[in-house]
Formats: sequence, C-alpha cells, structure tokens
Amino acid sequence: MSKFKKKTKAETNIPTSALPDIIFMLLFFFMVTTVLREQEILVEQKIPQATQLQKIQKKTLISYLYVGQPKNTSLYGSEPRIQANDVLINTTDIVLWVNQQKDALSEAERDQIWISLKADRDVKMGPISDIQFELREADARKLMYASVGKVENN
Amino acid sequence: MAGKRGRMSQEVNAGSMADIAFLLLIFFLVTTTIASDKGIMNILPPKQDPNQPPPEVELNERNIFNILINANDDLLIENEFRNNTDGLADEIKQFILNFGNPDEDAVALYNSLPPSLRGMADQSPESSDHPMSGGAVISIKTNRGTSYEKYLEVLDLVKQAYFEIYGERVGLSGEEYRTLSGQTAAEKELIDRGKEGIPMAISIAEPDKIGS
Repeated sequence: MSKFKKKTKAETNIPTSALPDIIFMLLFFFMVTTVLREQEILVEQKIPQATQLQKIQKKTLISYLYVGQPKNTSLYGSEPRIQANDVLINTTDIVLWVNQQKDALSEAERDQIWISLKADRDVKMGPISDIQFELREADARKLMYASVGKVENN
Repeated sequence: MAGKRGRMSQEVNAGSMADIAFLLLIFFLVTTTIASDKGIMNILPPKQDPNQPPPEVELNERNIFNILINANDDLLIENEFRNNTDGLADEIKQFILNFGNPDEDAVALYNSLPPSLRGMADQSPESSDHPMSGGAVISIKTNRGTSYEKYLEVLDLVKQAYFEIYGERVGLSGEEYRTLSGQTAAEKELIDRGKEGIPMAISIAEPDKIGS
C-alpha cells in the first residue's frame, strides 16, 4: 500500500518546461505572417462582398488603389476620393502613379502589373469608371475588384 | 547536502515564461490582419486611339445579353424590368450555351461538351448563336449613379455562370475550377481545357452620364 502511494506522489508534477517552446512557436508563426500596415488608410473602406473570388499568386505584382469617402470629411470633403500609397490623388494623377508603380517592378514584370481596386461599397460607378478609363490610358489593364467572401445566410 | 541544494537551484523556473510568451502571442493575434488579396478579376479593354474611331463590330442583337443597371440599382435584363438578381446566373448559362445558329467549329465545340451542358442548349433562334468568339456576349451597362456594390454583384453572377460552365467541362464544380492556381502543369491544363473555345466575353460599357 505504501509502495503504491509513493508512486503516485512521484507523478504529480507535470513538466511544463516544454510549454514555452510551443507558445514561442505559435508566436513566431504570427510574427512572421503579420504584415504591419505601413500606411494609414484615409478613406472609408467597407469592402463589398462577392462569391467568385480569385487570388493573385504573385503579391509583388499588385498595387493598391483605395477609393471611398474620406474619413476626415472636414479636410477632404465628402465626395469619394482615391488614395494611392499614403496620399489622396486626383483621377488625372493615376497615369503618373501607375508609371511609378511599374518602374518599381523589374522589366520583365512591368506589363503584368495588377491593380487591386479597394473601393468602398457606397461609391458610385461614376468615379469607378473614371478610374478604369485612366487605367486603360496608363495601359494597366489588369484590374481586380477587391472583395471579401460572401457569408451565405440561408 | 550542499550538492543537493546546488542541484535544486539548477532548475530554472520556466512557468512564467509561458505567460510572457502568451502575452506576446495575444498581442500579435490581435494586431494581425491576414492580408486578403482576393477579388474579382477583370481585364480592361485596350485604350482607344483618338485618331481611330472604335471599330464597328457587327453583332447581332440576339448575341448580346443586355444587363442595364440604373441609378436606383434597378435592373433591365433583356428588356425586362427586375429589382433583384435571382436566377440570373442560370439565365446567363442558358444564354451562353444556346447554340442557336452554330457554324462548323461551334458544332465541334458542342459535341465536345459533356451531356449536362449539351442539355442546356435550347437552340432558340432568339438567343445566342454559339459561345465562341463572335458569338455570345454579356453586356453590362451602368449609370454613373449606380452603386459599385450592385455592379459587382451582377459581375459576380456573370463570372459565376462562366466558371460553372468551365468547371463542368473538366468535371469540377465552379468553385473548384475558380480556385485552381495554375501553378502546376496539370492545373494549367485543366484551366485551359475548361475555357477552350468559350471566351469570357463580358463587355462593360461606359456608363451613362444622364438621368442620375
């Protein structure tokens, strides 16, 4: 009986020394996958929902245009504006911006540039079609309407 | 005795280490926004040369599936008023696969289709001739006041119709076909086989300026 008791006493200590290693592994995973946002979004971004989403394999080819109502309406007005990098630009500046984005790519990839249009769902088609016209002028014809997956509520 | 004490102190208390790591982990969990580079792909038409008028393409009215969206987000589909998009994807599939007046190549294409798609061919003379280039076109025309959300919803349904056709040709569902990455040769072959002969003919017209 006494022998049996001794045995149980020996196993009460659960080794927790491996726990930090496991947590650190998780931590490193999240540290590596985290992309810290290097730019502040100045416009409203309620991305519309869609179902037929596709993914671009090469992320370096993507340049982002944000469209929406400015968050700071007292400074920028309430009309939808376009944000490229970290400034608000006019429609006429898009060609220049596209050329700058293209210059940042290697020569072989220049004509494969994708523009990801992150437009707010409340934007009207007027500004969107103006952007599309400018993108055609700039010969950046691969356009992706950024959207999030639709949640089916049946 | 002294040796025993030394051995005791050798074990570093690592219990709180987990707590520290947990705190860091929670911080990164909260700050992480897994970047979603997903969206609906669209290839814009090449820019127009101002010296040359846009080429007049002769298309029969029956080959165009007209979708008009006005500033109130009402739809006019094939001259029929709608205020919702229910069943639009199936109508588009029916339209694309109508084979009303197929030429020799289109007959060959028709014979290569799986029976489930062949069954959709109504051969109605009022609908599209064939799905190859020069045949069926889906035209989306918006107004400058149309909401972006509605436009995307309609474009989404048109894409869905095409992806379902492509997927069915290679024995996949529309969703499986859409998520093919094309990075391996086998996937690339599937993608090419799916869309061979049936180009995604979506025409997005310049929006109206009036009536908003």
